[in-house]
Amino acid sequence: MSANPTAIQTRRKAPAVIGKLVLRVFLIVQTLIVVYPLLWNILASFKSNAEVMESPWSLPSVLNFDNYVRAFTTAKIGDYMINSVLVVVMSMALLLLTAVPTAYVLGRMKFRGRSFLTNFYMAGLFIGGVYIIVPLFIMMNDMNMLDNRFWLSAVYATGSLPFSVFLLTGFMKSIPHDYEEAAMIDGCGYFGTLFRIITPMARPGIITLIVFSFFDFWNEYVLAMTFITSDAKKTIPIGLSNLMSIQQYATDWGSLFAGLVIVLVPTIVVYALLQKKLTQGMMLGGVKG
Amino acid sequence: MNMKTRRGFFIAACLLPGLALFILFKVYPTIQIFQKSLYLWTGVGDTPKFIGLKNFVDMFNDEAFLLALRNTGFLMLIVPVLSLLIALINASLLTQTKLKERGIYRTVFFFPSILSFVVIAILWSFIYHPTMGFVNSGLELLGLGDWALSWLGDQRTVLWALAITLIWQATGYYMVMYMAGIDGISPDLYEAAGLDGATRIQQFFHITIPMLWEIIRVTIIFSINGVLTISFVIVSIMTGGGPDRHSEVVMTYLYSQAFTNSNFGYAMAIGVFIFIVSLLLALISNKLTERGSH
Repeated sequence: MSANPTAIQTRRKAPAVIGKLVLRVFLIVQTLIVVYPLLWNILASFKSNAEVMESPWSLPSVLNFDNYVRAFTTAKIGDYMINSVLVVVMSMALLLLTAVPTAYVLGRMKFRGRSFLTNFYMAGLFIGGVYIIVPLFIMMNDMNMLDNRFWLSAVYATGSLPFSVFLLTGFMKSIPHDYEEAAMIDGCGYFGTLFRIITPMARPGIITLIVFSFFDFWNEYVLAMTFITSDAKKTIPIGLSNLMSIQQYATDWGSLFAGLVIVLVPTIVVYALLQKKLTQGMMLGGVKG
Repeated sequence: MNMKTRRGFFIAACLLPGLALFILFKVYPTIQIFQKSLYLWTGVGDTPKFIGLKNFVDMFNDEAFLLALRNTGFLMLIVPVLSLLIALINASLLTQTKLKERGIYRTVFFFPSILSFVVIAILWSFIYHPTMGFVNSGLELLGLGDWALSWLGDQRTVLWALAITLIWQATGYYMVMYMAGIDGISPDLYEAAGLDGATRIQQFFHITIPMLWEIIRVTIIFSINGVLTISFVIVSIMTGGGPDRHSEVVMTYLYSQAFTNSNFGYAMAIGVFIFIVSLLLALISNKLTERGSH
């Protein structure tokens, strides 16, 4: 009677509006928790030591690029970075050169021992790097493979091999067999078929693999710390953790934070460029630990 | 015949490089840990001496190892439960409520999972820093200065502090997986439930969780294994196992037995033990979460 329809409507809407507000506050608080450490790090990289010690909330009084200069000169972040790039490139090359042909043969050709080999690689999924680090170290010591960036890359590539074979075999199976038959009739040999016909067709899978492996190789810490001993060959994560333990006594926080930012930048760039691929890839490959 | 040889040659050429790497850097060391875990072996120059299961017996009389095991157990329980729960809640909020900016939250929340563990460990060391960290100075701002603690230096708080770091790192990754899973659930189900008067919370428990169950099962196992590996980096950078071993985890203990004390045989026995326990945990979790028992 007196209750007009609009009043009822607003009354009904009010909880929904409040609900949305509460939800947004909840999500924004979480966003801050994720973003704040990174933002603080960037701010601190421009601060002088005194400012860093003073308060974690304040802004730097002037933009102090000294920290970055020192990160490159005294802390040698640039050298570590070159080592990291080298190791990532070599690991990636080794991984692709071994995983693509293996997955092709296991996914598309019939021969004796195929299912045994597939299971053999699957078993490798369960063996993480740290379990076997001791025998690996001893073996590499006996074979003079320690303190060598190539062999470190070989260990990285091997670590990713089981998952990569698993991911790519699935891709290879989904390509129709007609392509090979046509290629064979056209006189393409086995290797020609693999590299000119099949590899381009498996590109989505290969790109997914590259994206995942990039982060794994770029960020790896334990193996690099154990197998590389000379300072000139160390990768970025090892360089940073050394810097961290030195700075506790030298208290030159600024260059540590600048170093962290320098390492973050490539990660952020790659993430921004490949974000879609990465999250799609997670579903394509099922899951990955 | 010629064709057949060429085919055989091709298969061998494709498989051998991968197999060579796999056998050298994965299979051989794996066989070694099982075999050499039965030996007393102290140092690279030392000849291993067979001692049967003594390493395994020693393990259970080793106070430091038992403490590390307990700490690891704590993290393996707390971290998966909380991070998967938060991930599930966030995923269902972001997919169900259709906020305009949901893409941004997704991008931001996922970001920690691609950061280097070393970077994360260093950043969080400063967050917990007793004087310049923002946990303590935040407490002071709120007038709770008395609650300020040296979070990583106090044996009552250190494990929780590390657990929070691990949760911060992992949640976004699982959230994205759950979001993709929820996108695959037919909207009709939610619509029908809504018409029947089911609240959002009822829908969460009766539609979202059962439909995602297979993904959840897999993430539980991944998360447990993740804790094992990530805790190594986080602990060795943030606390070094301290204070007084109260944040030592099995992986850091294994590592220091091998590379500080040169107890290779003992370290490999620990490796075998962890390997078997993590396989058992995966099996148990699989069994417990089977459809029938749910």
